[in-house]
Amino acid sequence: MIKPLFDWLDQRTGYRKLTHEALYENVPGGARWRYVWGSTLTFALIIQVITGIVLWTAYSASAQTSWESVHYIQDDMFLGWFVRGLHHFTAQAMIVLLVLHLMQVLIDGAYKAPRELNLWTGLILLLLVLGLSLTGYLLPWDQKGYWASRVVTNIAGITPIIGHDLQKLTVGGGDFGTPTLTRFLAFHAGVLPGLILVLIVGHIYLFRRHGITPKKPYKNVDAAFWPDQVLKDAVACLAVLAAVLFFVLRYHGADLGAPANPAEPFDAARPEWYFLFLYQFLKYFPGETEIWGAIIIPTLIVGFLFVMPFLGRWKLGHRFNIGLVCALLAGAVLLTYLALNEDRHNDRYQVAVEQADQAAERVRFLAQANGGIPPDGALALLANDPLTQGPKLFAANCASCHRYGGTDGMGVKLDDAKATASDLKGFASRTWLAGLLNPATVAGTHYFGGTKFKDDKMVGFVQDTLKNLSADKKAQVDKIIAAVSAEAHLPAQQAADQADAAKIAEGRQLLRTEISCVDCHQFQQPDAGATAPDLTGYGSRDWLVSFLDDPAHPRFYGKDNDRMPSFGKTDRLSAHDIGLLADWLRGDWATPKAEK
Amino acid sequence: MHKPSEPEKTERRDFLKTACCVALGGALAAVPTAAGVGMYLDPLLRGSSGGTAGLKVRVTTLDSLPADGTPRQFKVLASHVDAWTKSPDTAIGAVVMVRTSDAQKPVKAYNVACPHAGCFVEYVEKIPDFTPDTPGYFCPCHNSSFKLDGQIARAGSPAPRGLDELDCFVQNGNEVWVTYQNFQAGTAEKVPLGA
Repeated sequence: MIKPLFDWLDQRTGYRKLTHEALYENVPGGARWRYVWGSTLTFALIIQVITGIVLWTAYSASAQTSWESVHYIQDDMFLGWFVRGLHHFTAQAMIVLLVLHLMQVLIDGAYKAPRELNLWTGLILLLLVLGLSLTGYLLPWDQKGYWASRVVTNIAGITPIIGHDLQKLTVGGGDFGTPTLTRFLAFHAGVLPGLILVLIVGHIYLFRRHGITPKKPYKNVDAAFWPDQVLKDAVACLAVLAAVLFFVLRYHGADLGAPANPAEPFDAARPEWYFLFLYQFLKYFPGETEIWGAIIIPTLIVGFLFVMPFLGRWKLGHRFNIGLVCALLAGAVLLTYLALNEDRHNDRYQVAVEQADQAAERVRFLAQANGGIPPDGALALLANDPLTQGPKLFAANCASCHRYGGTDGMGVKLDDAKATASDLKGFASRTWLAGLLNPATVAGTHYFGGTKFKDDKMVGFVQDTLKNLSADKKAQVDKIIAAVSAEAHLPAQQAADQADAAKIAEGRQLLRTEISCVDCHQFQQPDAGATAPDLTGYGSRDWLVSFLDDPAHPRFYGKDNDRMPSFGKTDRLSAHDIGLLADWLRGDWATPKAEK
Repeated sequence: MHKPSEPEKTERRDFLKTACCVALGGALAAVPTAAGVGMYLDPLLRGSSGGTAGLKVRVTTLDSLPADGTPRQFKVLASHVDAWTKSPDTAIGAVVMVRTSDAQKPVKAYNVACPHAGCFVEYVEKIPDFTPDTPGYFCPCHNSSFKLDGQIARAGSPAPRGLDELDCFVQNGNEVWVTYQNFQAGTAEKVPLGA
């Protein structure tokens, strides 16, 4: 029943002859492990085509949607992380396999006449795969891909004569943006894979035409490709897959950094590991000699690979080829090591990597917490996030006088002795206020030590009146602290404020009566005679926003204001930035549930 | 008069047919190819920077700049067109600004894009691998370093020129403005982009 059906099919297609040719090619000396590399590469390519097409069905190329769609693939879609991981790590495996394949071909002399075209198609395939890697690196539109790709296109820009136009055509204009992504995608998913498929067919055709280049002496009698070699190939493919799966599971897919931001420098910009040697190489070419490192020498090396078959005609030439390629590989390994080693000892780089990881984690959390990403893209989430913007605003605008836990807000330690204003970490919290009302610390660098109020009324009051207190008085001060701190409505103190409602109410009375804060401060009732900052709503968002807008307002320091700038009133900061800074200082930002 | 023989006639006819096929085939292939290539070249016919080249932008206020000459970095915000998307107040780049003692020119501004390959340089209190210890700018990508006046610091720096100084002026008493401009990276000459 079945046989006539196949006969019918064979008559119309001639498939039997074709399969026979494909499977029963003679392998002189029998199947060997050293012949597996071409098959593993074909297998890797098949993985890339399958995973690539599926990723393509979910990817959206534009400056507002690329990162966002990759985030959706990675974090939301069923098996999305797994498919993306497969694609990412198989791409890396391909580079390793390409080198192994080339080395095997070289050592076995399989590139010599009449197999020049086998080598050349293979080398073009190698370059096309590198092209896939360069174009694929940008597509997630994260900081890493964005900055690394900018470097690459800038380097393309130094190509003599055509460089400028070449760069513009690659980028799709003068700046990176949506056209860059649509163009890179067209190359990554269309042009390059198309060329690769055509060339692979040619490459395999040529390979079959000339047959395998057997390694002598033969270990065995001749055998057919099927099933001995196929089995070995399959085992090798399995090993490749296992290695890839190991990384996919270990890294839960592939890394996705924070979304690309043209205005946010990225100190950890590095190419993929297999381009690190080129990256390191560039550091040694000062000024206009860059073109040697970036274009001329790499081109000469590729050119050498292309002429190897001619040199390989002589025994010495063949040895020269092997020697030079090994030397080049060793050089690449050394440069890669130098690049990695330099970064390992580079604190700035380490900090940048850590910050990049945190930013990436933060924006992915915000996307989840917000229930989605606004149409402007994920950058909008970061731009409105106090936890992201606060430290930068603080470092840029406040840290020349203030400290935040002894740092500039971004985590860089600063000399406390040089601070000329208070340390604002935990501002208006009970702990912070307790330090302020402590005779031992009120005139220290964390509070008034660096300011012109160092010897002023408040410091004097704390140091004279609040020292050596009885237990009763201490309890009163505690209540006042709780009351003033409750004015801030700090998110971190919400529970404590609720629990201590009675204590807080007492404290409000006490600061009017027993310990008369209201002698200088205004509290809850208008007080034209107040000479110190208003305690009504002290540390609340409204209070802080107004204070940052104009600390010299009569409600705050009035004419006694020290050097604190009126950030809003003088247009130094926008209302949006002041709001972010206030929220950050108050610890008021969206947090994952587990952290609360 | 010579009368062409039959084979000669066939030959000529075949030649004509071949020529026609080549011409026709060429024309058939040329239309989609030329149209495709033409469209792909579209970016060459446009300005480079989404219309931001040479744009005058208000960046900050004079009192935001430390009087001791410590540089500060600012984003340059302007409306920016990316293909069909127009965004108001988008960061189109960044500049570092330094207060000077020159009353005529109280502020100097530099584009933060490294003239080597376009990464952002950053202010450092001490330039790495450079003596004497001096503050300056450092590029985290390929270790180019620059002095505070924008000149190349470490002699082996990959950057082919110093940081690109931008035209900068003070207006309405306190406002600091800059004429924003990007430049071709990787060349010793300072070639403006998007002119």
